[in-house]
Amino acid sequence: MLKDKYQQEIDDILSRYPVRRSALIPLLYLAQREHGYITEAAMTEIAGLLKLTPPQVYETATFYTMLNLKKVGTHHIQVCKSLMCALVGSDTVIGWIKTKLGIAPGETTADGLFTLTAVECLAACGTAPMMQINDDYYERLTEEKVDKILADLRTSGTSPLKSGPYMWPESTR
Amino acid sequence: MPKYELVLLKNMMQPGYTGSLADYEKAGGYQALRNTLGKIAPTEVTTTVMKSGLRGRGGAGFPTGVKWGFLPKDYQGPRYLCCNADESEPGTFKDRQLMERDPHQVLEGIVLACYAIGAESAYIYIRGEMVLGSKILERAIGEARAAGYIGKNILGTGITVDVWVHRGAGAYICGEETALLESLEGKRGLPRVKPPFPATHGLYNKPTVVNNVETLANLPHILSRGPEWFASIGSPPKSTGTRVFCVSGHVKRPGNYELPMGVTIRELVFEHAGGMRSDKPLKAFIPGGASAPFLTPDHLDVKLDFESVAAAGSMLGSGGVTVMEEGTSMVWAALRLMEFFYHESCGKCSPCREGSSWLVQTMRRIMAKRGQMQDLETLTDLCKNIAGRTVCAFGDAEVSPIMSTLKHWRHEYVTLIHEAEAANLIRPESVGTRH
Repeated sequence: MLKDKYQQEIDDILSRYPVRRSALIPLLYLAQREHGYITEAAMTEIAGLLKLTPPQVYETATFYTMLNLKKVGTHHIQVCKSLMCALVGSDTVIGWIKTKLGIAPGETTADGLFTLTAVECLAACGTAPMMQINDDYYERLTEEKVDKILADLRTSGTSPLKSGPYMWPESTR
Repeated sequence: MPKYELVLLKNMMQPGYTGSLADYEKAGGYQALRNTLGKIAPTEVTTTVMKSGLRGRGGAGFPTGVKWGFLPKDYQGPRYLCCNADESEPGTFKDRQLMERDPHQVLEGIVLACYAIGAESAYIYIRGEMVLGSKILERAIGEARAAGYIGKNILGTGITVDVWVHRGAGAYICGEETALLESLEGKRGLPRVKPPFPATHGLYNKPTVVNNVETLANLPHILSRGPEWFASIGSPPKSTGTRVFCVSGHVKRPGNYELPMGVTIRELVFEHAGGMRSDKPLKAFIPGGASAPFLTPDHLDVKLDFESVAAAGSMLGSGGVTVMEEGTSMVWAALRLMEFFYHESCGKCSPCREGSSWLVQTMRRIMAKRGQMQDLETLTDLCKNIAGRTVCAFGDAEVSPIMSTLKHWRHEYVTLIHEAEAANLIRPESVGTRH
């Protein structure tokens, strides 16, 4: 149960809104953080917390692409495929990852480590091609960089190549 | 020396600037708030913003002060401010930089706006993917709260403004202000029928203002330096101030460039963004995010202000300029954007929900060299039956890539169809069954 483990965080979330239902997406995120995806049990529990019916929770949860209702890999690789990234090679990036991991978009590696998804615009068009892995952005991708990121994730679960706060141009013109 | 004075990006361009409260205060931050709260009447603040000519930086370009003025004057219950940080228009990535690099500038703007409209609560609706940005904002809110700039009794004035970050969860439509409100209420992000407008029936049915990040970030500067100063920048009287233009695509230096409104696209692309990345000439560009119709090299001297871009047949929108070089297939480019709109249609209105599906299938067929001439009429017909027939502006937006590429590069569609015919891939018996 989320309530037993995260009572304080749940109370904190609820305190931000005058109407309970507003806490729905934040609580679904909490459930996703806990299990890697949103389970039916979690949705039922959240419905109880917010005094909603389970279908009301389900109806919201199914609308948003970032809320996973199915299990995804430990590292969820989301490569942007919208026009701005496509102009500078996002299809090639997807191709590299497909070859390197042996999975097509929508698939997860057999060891459950990686899921690959081709997604729409992630608002990093100035540093295209780019991808997001879990909470982190990786930008200005090259094949060498992709190799390094995947290797880092395998060995340590994180990569120093992830982006910091965005800035361009980098100094006074 | 920079050619133009920077306003919004000024602090972050200083070497070593971290965006912390100490850095922001050292750069003169929160002075506007100190000099305004409790010292200038809220209505006066609204008047100042009206005089400055500030218009919304999210896409629609509605005058900010006028929007604030729509709130009912005598309403006694709570009012809300929502900062639209959903930045989801393809080609746009300025709000991310404003939030990640100088979060207090945005927060000061939020408190000033709350003061002007009498709101005690503000929600920053940030797109879900921007986890880093939401953490930076939360840290900044903590700093500002500890320093007394946010919270109860701000700087002893008796004014209360609380600010919370609320993460979206990956839906483009939630950048539309009423869909944003629905989403913030924990529902599916489906735009509301207007009227009533958020000014009277917004978040929780209360008077609400939704303003873009960049719009709000301008407020401290307008209040510090005066509306006349702001109105003297850009293309007065209708397009005042600077814009943070986002340049992407086939240029040497893609990125954010803050320039006065009214500079030409030629200047933005060739002087600031370094010109084309290779020796191939510019073929096409989108001046204001994916929703803005494509323009051609003939439009390079169009001024980047609301009126000039509209007169050229497109829109300034979110300020996202995407450049394409010679050799880029315009049918392919339009299809890519159509795939985006098809994926992001929220499903509320049937012309958009069904139409986007038909458009994307027809476009895929043409691109795969299985199209036929009548497909072009189908495309036009579908577009005409979507635009203007939906609850929100998404319907108008989704037809613009196809309509504008058909207008300027119809021959590319025709060539693909001729190639299909030449390859004898069209079998009359299969017409109508190939979707």
